[in-house]
Amino acid sequence: MYGALWRVLPGPWFVKLLIVLVLVAAVAYALIFWVFPWVNSLIPTSDVTVEGQG
Amino acid sequence: MVLVDGRVARKRAERASRHKVTVVGVLGEVLITGGVLVLAFLGWQVWINDLIVGDEQTHVSQELSQNWDKGEATVAAPPDRPDPGAPQVDVAPGNAERFANLIVPRFGADYTRPIAEGIGVDDVLAYGIGHYPDTAMPGDVGNFAVAGHRTGWGAPLADIVNLQVGDSVYIETEAGWYRYIFRSMEYVMPTGVNVLEPVPQIVGQAPTDRLITITSCNPPLTAAERVIAYGVYDTWYPRAGGPPAEIAAIAQTVAAG
Repeated sequence: MYGALWRVLPGPWFVKLLIVLVLVAAVAYALIFWVFPWVNSLIPTSDVTVEGQG
Repeated sequence: MVLVDGRVARKRAERASRHKVTVVGVLGEVLITGGVLVLAFLGWQVWINDLIVGDEQTHVSQELSQNWDKGEATVAAPPDRPDPGAPQVDVAPGNAERFANLIVPRFGADYTRPIAEGIGVDDVLAYGIGHYPDTAMPGDVGNFAVAGHRTGWGAPLADIVNLQVGDSVYIETEAGWYRYIFRSMEYVMPTGVNVLEPVPQIVGQAPTDRLITITSCNPPLTAAERVIAYGVYDTWYPRAGGPPAEIAAIAQTVAAG
């Protein structure tokens, strides 16, 4: 999968590396600011209050 | 030549087989990717998101303070200021309305987080500290009780167990700054509602002291118990007289920003 991606990328190895780094940065940005906050909103929150029902 | 040709052909065949995409190979990579994503999410939740959301909360807090300041009163109150008298006590606002800031020097030199009315998980605690409805307001005789996250959602109370006896806990409202002094820590089960009593843990006792009670989860990242921090009222600083010297830096940052 990743091997195939590497072979599909054009140019010599350092151009490929640059493209991969940009892709990784883009994916990381999307995860941190969009995907993870969305996933977090689906997870039940931990309780910090004291309540009769516990 | 035959020998060389054979070697080249074998090499080509080897390379082709190495590049062959197999179901198991792809499955393995997908699983590894999934594992990395789960770990990344956990790391994000514990460290990165608290920084981002915590910063947002600090900004909200600073804006509140700026609105109350109206561009004035950034000079610290002198140590020999006149007796401020009994503290002003306001009426509790509507649910989820922000009415105060929590300022604790022990939590950091620029630590300030907003306090809103109510303890709703989604409408209050996700954005900062929440004030238990029907408990006292800041400066009032009785128990001003608040709750906040220790991990996640900006973790406003991440350092709650670092409090030391004698530490200042300031509550800033439009009226001014109320200084409480941290007195003790207690651990209770999630059902330990008596910590919210006007006199904590003594049901039905009429209060004579002005107290603050801060609740959060314990141990961190779980909700098995609650950690409770108690403080006792010391004095207050009316807004016109300037902020307490100990947190004047925060007030000045706010005025400049």
